[in-house]
Amino acid sequence: MKLVYFAWVRERIGKPEEELSPPAEVRTVAELAAWLAGRGEEYAYAFENPGIVRAAIDRKHVKPDAPIAGAREIAFFPPMTGG
Amino acid sequence: MDCPITVRIQPGPFDAAAEAARLSAGRTDVGAVVTFTGLCRAEAGRLAALELEHYPGMAEEEIRRVAEEAASRWPLMGVTAIHRHGRIPPGGDIVLVVTASAHRKAAFEAAEFLMDYLKTRAPFWKKEHHVDGSEGDWVAATDADDRAAERWRR
Repeated sequence: MKLVYFAWVRERIGKPEEELSPPAEVRTVAELAAWLAGRGEEYAYAFENPGIVRAAIDRKHVKPDAPIAGAREIAFFPPMTGG
Repeated sequence: MDCPITVRIQPGPFDAAAEAARLSAGRTDVGAVVTFTGLCRAEAGRLAALELEHYPGMAEEEIRRVAEEAASRWPLMGVTAIHRHGRIPPGGDIVLVVTASAHRKAAFEAAEFLMDYLKTRAPFWKKEHHVDGSEGDWVAATDADDRAAERWRR
């Protein structure tokens, strides 16, 4: 699946997007964030406070318990500050 | 009710007066047009510019979802929402919301709803650039914005 990152999540991880295949036991957005956090210190830094990072699946906001099965694009980003 | 919805995400400036005029052009049933423009503040001279990052695709889709919800909750005759991205200097326009209705109450309320929801749901992030040339921090989301959006929940 394609993962995309924005704002300080993107800066901490050091890339705007990547293609990854998480293992089958990673079923939800929260589990995906935890799996990513274990991939290296830049990911651990981005997800050091996982409660604050928001997510979208296929360009729609989702909660941490949302299942990721079938997702084409999953985005992680800080709380939004537009307007 | 026929409520044309226009959503645009663009780097360049917009013409608020022209966008407002467009919502009532050629029709005689519109009695109220509310226009809100959000601008970049200098923050006491500290700020050289705001840089607005966005999620292409989702930004337009999410604002359209919010506009459609507004049109379902109030008797609107038109909604226009324009959000800029990229580097915007103090005094520059950031966001425009225009609502049209037969009466002012719906137009006022819908415009406020749109802005409250847009601030907490539209995928945009502001970074500060300082006048001394240094790159500042990402602007933090505020509890006040969350509460403003929360009060429309039902």
